Amino acid sequence: MSVVGDPGTKADLLSLEDLEASGRMRTGRKHVLSILVENKPGVLTRIAGLFARRGFNIDTLTVGPTDDDHISRVTLTVDGAVHPMDQVTKQLHKLVNVLKIRDLDPTDTVAREMALFKVAADGAQRAEVLQLCEIFRGKVVDVTRRSIIIEITGTTDKVEALEAQLRPFGLIEMMRTGEIAISRGRGET
Amino acid sequence: MRAVEAVMECLKAEGVEVVFGYPGGANIPTYDGFVDAGIRHILVRHEAGAGHAAAGYAKATGKVGVVLSTSGPGATNLVTPIMDAMMDSVPIVFITGQVRTELLGTDGFQEADTLGITMPAVKHSWMIQHPLEVPRVVHEAFHVARTGRPGPVLIDFPSDLSQADIPYEPVSDVQLPGYQVTTEGNVKQIRQAAKALASAKRPVLYAGGGIILSGAAAELTELATADRFPVTTTLNGLGGFPASNEQWLGMLGMHGTRAANYAMDEADLICAIGARFDDRVTGKLSEFAPRAKFIHIDIDPAEISKNVPAHIPIVGDAKSVLARLVAEYRALEADPGRLEEWWQRIHGWQERHPLTYEDSADSEIKPQRALQAIYEATGGEAIVSVDVGQHQMWAAQYYRFEQPRRWLSSSGLGTMGFGLPAAVGAAVGCPDDTVVCVTGDGSIQMNIQELATCVIERLPVKILIINNGYLGMVRQWQQLFWDKRYSEVDLGNVPDFVKLAEAYGATGIRLDDKATLMDGLKQALATEGPVVVDIRVTREENVYPMITPGAAAREMVG
Repeated sequence: MSVVGDPGTKADLLSLEDLEASGRMRTGRKHVLSILVENKPGVLTRIAGLFARRGFNIDTLTVGPTDDDHISRVTLTVDGAVHPMDQVTKQLHKLVNVLKIRDLDPTDTVAREMALFKVAADGAQRAEVLQLCEIFRGKVVDVTRRSIIIEITGTTDKVEALEAQLRPFGLIEMMRTGEIAISRGRGET
Repeated sequence: MRAVEAVMECLKAEGVEVVFGYPGGANIPTYDGFVDAGIRHILVRHEAGAGHAAAGYAKATGKVGVVLSTSGPGATNLVTPIMDAMMDSVPIVFITGQVRTELLGTDGFQEADTLGITMPAVKHSWMIQHPLEVPRVVHEAFHVARTGRPGPVLIDFPSDLSQADIPYEPVSDVQLPGYQVTTEGNVKQIRQAAKALASAKRPVLYAGGGIILSGAAAELTELATADRFPVTTTLNGLGGFPASNEQWLGMLGMHGTRAANYAMDEADLICAIGARFDDRVTGKLSEFAPRAKFIHIDIDPAEISKNVPAHIPIVGDAKSVLARLVAEYRALEADPGRLEEWWQRIHGWQERHPLTYEDSADSEIKPQRALQAIYEATGGEAIVSVDVGQHQMWAAQYYRFEQPRRWLSSSGLGTMGFGLPAAVGAAVGCPDDTVVCVTGDGSIQMNIQELATCVIERLPVKILIINNGYLGMVRQWQQLFWDKRYSEVDLGNVPDFVKLAEAYGATGIRLDDKATLMDGLKQALATEGPVVVDIRVTREENVYPMITPGAAAREMVG
């Protein structure tokens, strides 16, 4: 954009050629939105309904309490390659029960999710599965003669890497929580 | 005090003069509150009528409309007016009855999940969960409905809670931490906008309904005449700029003028104010105003860059932003001579392509002629409510509005059946004005029952039916785009609107000769009480010019 002076200086009128439009930009990456909402009935329906009718896809969604009884935190991830993030956040802001939205900067955020994997692990395979669990710093939380349940916490990448390793053994079932995230440093998320 | 009496106190504190509604099982307690409250209540004949009447009232007066209905079907009958108000940003508080709390979720008699059904269509909504919340919720509802970008809100009120005894204390302020409105535009951005306008060679001011809602018509004229900026408005913005002003290009969009659409197409700078780049305005979006940079002024941040990316976004109330913009612009002392070439080009379009039609050779009344006659007979000063279809477009083209809040149209949702109840609301809110409802023979039958409301409430609404015996707009599309394969558009010659009017206790007049058209209209306007005028017009007449669906603005036909 051209440099503009104070009103009255006719010399440097704005050059229309230099103006670039913002908005409707696709960022091309995953976004983690951390949203503080009033803890009132129907809030989640309003958020989910908004996403549905505007055609936005929620990749993961978690809801939990905060240190204030009246306020809950919603963490949701959205694909910025598909959706214009400024529309997503502006529309969310219009919901009266939404107090604050932060589009967390991935380099400045600690994000974690938890997963439970139920793996078919009998006989010889069992040792191998347990070894993988250890490498990924997972925890065995249930063992039967024909299966093991592994609990793992970490970044989405780590969870998905373990999933890929376990799949060949026979992944009977898998549960994932979706991400929660908090900003680094002293400041509030 | 009973909770319903607290509701009445809150309504009075909000300055409510009139409520439109319909009683039923779940809101009998609320209606008991009306007996002593001293608030006028208009009993409609269908809940949808109440919703649209409140919209007409709100659009004509600028005040918040209030609607009451019962639970279940009473509430679901309001879905259309709620969505309608959402699309046109109309401030209305809907208060729906609900079954007793112990029955909630049991599929009780006349139970419907009103909050759930209406959620996508409201600005916000509340379910009363404790009678003590009543005063706070009612005031929050009015606050949300009328501030920022106005819109419909809903309060669902279980009948047992409405009878509870509560200590009433007036609520003086509303606290909604998640609801904040930016009204003052960013000063630097406004300065940028002024500079952009000052350096533009082919600028257009494109104003929408936000001009009317914000009360910014005077400021728009100020800005336009601070230089010689051409002005166009959307359907919903009609009256936001005086049609007699020589800088007026007419409405833009699908049935707008060629001058307005061509100017948008060739503009180098478009200043959008309280408008939202609807598809009926832009035509094919990828070919819309290809040479233009955009200033976008809107109180709703989500509208900015939603459809068309804004180069200079300004979030704020149109009235205050425009006032500031005018001051900044004047200080620049731009050279008005730079617009000379632009105006020559615009005048060329205006001369070559005025709004026109071919009049009949015989006594037949062309619908466009009927609208011109209505304009003349009312001296251009009536409040005009319209329905949806061909007559709406002809009214938008041929009724030339000088002031805001005279044009009541369901513009966003396009609700047939809006016109008559909207006229009811306008007549209640503006008893000293002439209120006409220009409608079609299809649309009027979608809420004809409100004729009873007009008669009982002695509302002198003049209902002017542009009767072609067709669902004319659909017929036009079938003719133009579907090889004239007419499918379910012929409405026949039923009912006899004159007899129908008389059956309701109104006056009925039929006009079918252009020689007597003007006298007939004048006679109708001079007749006391509600009048239905059945104006028989050319059956197969088309609305032109037209941007065909999916085409670019410069490819207008007709």
